[in-house]
Amino acid sequence: MTLPTYDPSMIGAVLPELLLLALAGLVMLVDLAGRGRRGLGWLSAAGFAAILVLTLYFGRPTASQGMVFGGMLRHDGTSFAFKVLFLFCGAITCLLSLDVPRVGTRGEYYSLLIVATLGMCLMAGASDLIMLYLAIETTSIPLYVLAGFLKDDVKSVESGMKYFLFGAMTSAVMLYGFSLLYGATGQTNLYLLAEVIRGGQVSALFLGGVAVLILAGFGFKIAAVPFHFWTPDVYEGAPTPITAYISTASKAAGFAVLVRFVLAFLPDVSPYWSAVLAAIATATMTLGNLLALAQTNIKRLLAYSSIAHAGYALIGLVALSEFGTASLVFYLAAYVVTNLAAFAIVILFARSAGSDRIADYAGLSRRSPGLALGMLVAMLSLAGMPPLAGFVAKVYVFAAAVESGLIWLAVVGVLNAIVGLYYYLTVLKVVYLYRSDDENKPIAVPRTYALALLTCVVAIIGLGVVSAPWLGWAVRTAQSLFS
Amino acid sequence: MTFPVLSIIVFTPIVAGMILLAVPGQRKDLVRWIALAAAVLALSLSLYVYLTYDRALAGYQFVETYPWIPSLGISYAVGVDGMNAPLVLLTGIVMFTGVLISWGLDDRPREFFAFLFILATGVFGVFVGMDLFHLLFFYEIAVFPMFLLIAIWGWQVTREYAAMKLTLYLFIGSVVALVGILAMYYASGLHTFSMTALEQANFSVGFQKTWFPPVFFGFAVLGGIFPFHNWSPDGHVAAPTAVSMFHAGVLMKLGAYAALRAGIMLLPEGAKFWSPLILGLGTVNVVYGAFIAMVQTDFKYVIGFSSVSHMGLVMLGFATLNREGLTGAGLQMFSHGVMTALFFAVVGMVYDRAHTREISKLGGFSKVMPLVAVAFIVGGLVSMGMPGFSGFVAEFPIFLGLWKAQPIVAIVAALGIVITAAYIMRVIGRVFFGEMPAEFEGHIPPVTRFDRVALVVLAGILILVGVLPSVIAPLVQSGADNVLRLLGGA
Amino acid sequence: MIDFLQSHILSIILFTPVAGAVIVLLIPADRVRAIRWAAFLVSLIPLAFSIWLWAAYNAGGPGYQFVENAVWYSAIGSRYHLGVDGISVAMVLLTTLLAPLALLISWSVKENVRAYMALFLLLETGMLGVFLSLDLLLFFVFWEIGLVPMYFLINQWGSANRTYASFKFLIYTMAGSLGLLLAIQLIGLASGTFDLVEITQRWTSLNQPLTVLGLPVQVPIGTVKTVAFWAFVLAFAIKVPVWPFHTWLPDAHSEAPTAGSMILAGVLLKLGAYGFLRLVLPLYPEQAHAYAWVLGLLAVLAIVLGAFSCWAQDDFKRLVAYSSVNHMGFVVLGVAAAAQAQGTGNTADGVLAVNGAVLQMFNHGLSAAGMFLLVGVIYERTHTRDLKAYGGLFPLAPVYGGILLFTAMASLGLPGLNGFISEFLVVRGAWPIFTLYTALGMIGLLITGAYILKGLRMVLHGPMNEAWAGHDLEIRAREVVAIAPLMVLMLSIGVWPSWILSVINATVARLFG
Repeated sequence: MTLPTYDPSMIGAVLPELLLLALAGLVMLVDLAGRGRRGLGWLSAAGFAAILVLTLYFGRPTASQGMVFGGMLRHDGTSFAFKVLFLFCGAITCLLSLDVPRVGTRGEYYSLLIVATLGMCLMAGASDLIMLYLAIETTSIPLYVLAGFLKDDVKSVESGMKYFLFGAMTSAVMLYGFSLLYGATGQTNLYLLAEVIRGGQVSALFLGGVAVLILAGFGFKIAAVPFHFWTPDVYEGAPTPITAYISTASKAAGFAVLVRFVLAFLPDVSPYWSAVLAAIATATMTLGNLLALAQTNIKRLLAYSSIAHAGYALIGLVALSEFGTASLVFYLAAYVVTNLAAFAIVILFARSAGSDRIADYAGLSRRSPGLALGMLVAMLSLAGMPPLAGFVAKVYVFAAAVESGLIWLAVVGVLNAIVGLYYYLTVLKVVYLYRSDDENKPIAVPRTYALALLTCVVAIIGLGVVSAPWLGWAVRTAQSLFS
Repeated sequence: MTFPVLSIIVFTPIVAGMILLAVPGQRKDLVRWIALAAAVLALSLSLYVYLTYDRALAGYQFVETYPWIPSLGISYAVGVDGMNAPLVLLTGIVMFTGVLISWGLDDRPREFFAFLFILATGVFGVFVGMDLFHLLFFYEIAVFPMFLLIAIWGWQVTREYAAMKLTLYLFIGSVVALVGILAMYYASGLHTFSMTALEQANFSVGFQKTWFPPVFFGFAVLGGIFPFHNWSPDGHVAAPTAVSMFHAGVLMKLGAYAALRAGIMLLPEGAKFWSPLILGLGTVNVVYGAFIAMVQTDFKYVIGFSSVSHMGLVMLGFATLNREGLTGAGLQMFSHGVMTALFFAVVGMVYDRAHTREISKLGGFSKVMPLVAVAFIVGGLVSMGMPGFSGFVAEFPIFLGLWKAQPIVAIVAALGIVITAAYIMRVIGRVFFGEMPAEFEGHIPPVTRFDRVALVVLAGILILVGVLPSVIAPLVQSGADNVLRLLGGA
Repeated sequence: MIDFLQSHILSIILFTPVAGAVIVLLIPADRVRAIRWAAFLVSLIPLAFSIWLWAAYNAGGPGYQFVENAVWYSAIGSRYHLGVDGISVAMVLLTTLLAPLALLISWSVKENVRAYMALFLLLETGMLGVFLSLDLLLFFVFWEIGLVPMYFLINQWGSANRTYASFKFLIYTMAGSLGLLLAIQLIGLASGTFDLVEITQRWTSLNQPLTVLGLPVQVPIGTVKTVAFWAFVLAFAIKVPVWPFHTWLPDAHSEAPTAGSMILAGVLLKLGAYGFLRLVLPLYPEQAHAYAWVLGLLAVLAIVLGAFSCWAQDDFKRLVAYSSVNHMGFVVLGVAAAAQAQGTGNTADGVLAVNGAVLQMFNHGLSAAGMFLLVGVIYERTHTRDLKAYGGLFPLAPVYGGILLFTAMASLGLPGLNGFISEFLVVRGAWPIFTLYTALGMIGLLITGAYILKGLRMVLHGPMNEAWAGHDLEIRAREVVAIAPLMVLMLSIGVWPSWILSVINATVARLFG
């Protein structure tokens, strides 16, 4: 296999990355100029949106393109789809950050966010171990900072520190795995590596050990059990927009590399390994859901719920089929828009009420019927109720499991969905049923937030009701990994 | 293209619900009139479908099919046959009367009607669905508004518990059925969720036997089959009046109907294999439900358990797998729907005035609200299977079918009828006759015009069907024949 | 017009009362006079038509007449099939006659008149339907539906112990009906139709073991038929009532309002006997023959024990109530005799006995209704039914006393009045068939005389109870109008029975000859 090193058409493959870099610079410049503090957020959000549009038009992979830049990146449907998803998350996160005190007016905040997104875009395309590692670190380091962004808030600092320690630890382990892999095969390119392994010169036991090391790194990113311990504390402590971002974009990025990695070795993924993945999926779903039951803080609840959702999404991967992968991509898209909506409400509520306790959400439906309705949509979508995105997404991953003969896994997923429904309904019960003394205090909803929330809600319903085009998109994405 | 009447029926409520949400919440009367207008529209269209359905032609009519998720063979497909046309009408009736009964609701009526209408759209969608995915999609839409409706507007004492219990039970049932449906989808190899196509799938007998229980019982949970009936009385009791009407009147039919469509029709061999179990459970439903109803002290619980008992007859009718039984089950679904809507409407009216439902504390209500008493008596007679009322028309064929299938069951289940008579007479005697407790004297306001219209409509239908069974029975029979076609004649 | 009448006369008779009930319900509740008159006048319409029917009925004609047959419940093969023969035409006449009279006597009802009148008219339709139906399912529909208004009439307008009595009435009859319902379903399935004419042929000619039952073992048809036979018998026996299923009757009668008792005794009890004649004997000739002795025995027990019970009563209304048990015993005895005679040589005696039974049904309808009416009249004045509280009332109410004497004599079976004719026919017909039973029954007849005379003595004769001196106990003109038609009929049947017997006999001879 020869890997083309450079060709002007390859610029398209890194178009979003380049534009993001430019955007980050622009934001810093404007910040230096010291004008339009609140404009920074708008600028970033508009920049994300513009890049999103440009990418959709000019960044599409062409059939002939595969590896670019000497095999560093692969420009295919998967990378394209995930990039679009990250850019969407970035735009929404900027909108959500605008009015958050001590965050929304800081240029470096937005710059870091943009750089992290850049890293994710690279993660989505990375097909070389070195590129992969660089991309992951480009993503992670800004996120560590962002998590601890509120320097005078103990919890935020704790969150940043914890995230950093866990992240550094797991990426070291992962890097160790990478180096072993390189040492054994002499290759860093993922697809060449796979060819070597297919040659049968590497012992299975060795590969197993390496896989465990690498899985630690990916598992950390997607917050799968048993690499999930950081999640609740980080989610709780980080500024809420960042929590939203970590729980959506960062998780999706982890899945992007995981999918690419697992499927690159697909013919060699022994049944044994698919069983390990299935076990991880089961544990992740179950533990996430069970622990979520006991939470009293909405951010912690969403943290555990995000763990559980990683488990559902893994079902699509475990199916190891084209449809399974498509269902995973669709699931992530559905999850991302839903979780962003949920966090948007959390942020808004905290702005007015200054609390993240679930019990304080009492009376929300009277204080702000619109927000309550948004909460209803988000929670039910997370629970998997039609006509919302979460329902269709769950049906797809379960269908993928059944298609691959993993009926037991579908049943586990179904049982977990029931547990999940319980705690989501509990939140809704508080929102709609309980009264509070603050009922006459309305909750202010700035226009930016309304825009973000509305976008997400429309997306949730749109994905749920008209899922055919999106599924088609996901299927094309998956095909690119199987071709 | 023909006029998409079924789609309009399905989407009328939810569109109305959205419009309602756009109306300022303080304009409660406007909200109510919009709700009523939507209900009238849905009712008249479903009546139109019912009346213009070509009985001679039978089969699926008013069919509309649009690709929905073509890559998975999922389509938006609606159509009615003899089995569901009456159920669509039933939903229209319950929706209409439910709005009338809820006229006096004062706590956030806008949200109430909006959620109620989302529920109604779900119900309509299931009843007309001809695609399994479509069916499941709307099935869940019908389930979750229930949670809010009960939790927010329900009876304060048990609403949280009941709402949660109900939602979880139903959700469990539906997701279990989902797995079964996915198994059917892949096993058929037809790459479609269309029920008419899957009917021809020729699943192996072993497959049918394995997958019948999850599909059938998954849906039958909502039909209140023993031992999964536990959610239903609690749910009925905790729900506000209109929701109880919907819940017992329509939602339980939803479960039974889906169990018939997805379970019995698509897995006929499985149905044959498991029918003795369903017969057994249905019998328990009928007899046990009636016994439990008899010992209740709460007016609404009596009716709640009576629903369990009556839905048992529907299950029995299904399990006979013959023409009489299925026809009877179809009729019973309609008859019980109207009857129980009437019951809950009456219970609601009594409770709104007396603020208690303890039977021992009530009495003499026939004097202050004679029309309500008459309506309840009509409902009671239907419940007892009194000839001349719709209950008899429905139960008679079920028993005929039982004689054919399993006579012992017919004889045991008949016990349920006697017990039913006993508890119904007891309630009528205690609540509506007898001495009125002193604290109520002069404190019971009369029922409103809207209430009267609702009661008269419901009671009138029960009598009409009882006196002239031919207005509905041949239609349902054609629906039963549609099912039998798949069971290999009979 | 006449054609329409000719072809729909039965439907008109059947549904006029329902229409009347609707009309009554539309009148404002406070216009009591209008309600009463409307109900009464409407009830005269079916009477007029049934007199016309009686006149137009061709006694010699074969089969059922004035048949109407239309689609009703096609899904299970049941049709709206009406028709009359000699037995039912007499019963229709009795029913339509008693209804206006009972309504007339209901003038004294003060409470919730509108509902009362409406229920009463519905009750009339229910009873007429049973006599007119030629479809087994339709028969059952009307059979059951009559229960509801009767229940409420007792429950709402009865006397002190009405709740208990009405409940007992309902549960007894419904329990009986349940077996009937199950048996009807069985027959319907086995025969594939509910049409009575068809069923009579198909069901009786069934001789294959029934596979319908779906059991692993096939059940011999004889067993099935016997079980179904007893289900039928039980239902009708409760309604008649045959001893020992009669205990609901005294309670129901004595608690019911006067008009209710009149209809209960006058018509409702006949439904059971009619069921025996119309269904049990034609559908189960063999079983009926085999178990006729049981029926006969029960009938005799009803006659004798019923009479003794009467004798022991201190309550005037209960006395009359128990006399129904006694009198209906003769009807059942006649039926049992005919059942016994079926398939044997002496069908002529059986025909005679059934003739007597049918006539006894008619006669008891007249006399029991009359007696209850008179009990009601005296109760209204005195507010007591305790026989010991009366005494020597003849001078206070001579007209009433005369009428009471006349009616009691008819009930007792005095030659020249109607009761004698029918009881004689039953005894004459049953004697060769059930000699011992009939002989025992004669003892009952003796005691009948005794208790009726006892009743008369305690009410009319003896030393006058001073408590009533100065009270106006005399019967009102309206009440006289109500009982006069009954007395006319008692006398006319007594002296010239053939006007009615000829009609009955033609049918009975065809059915049982």
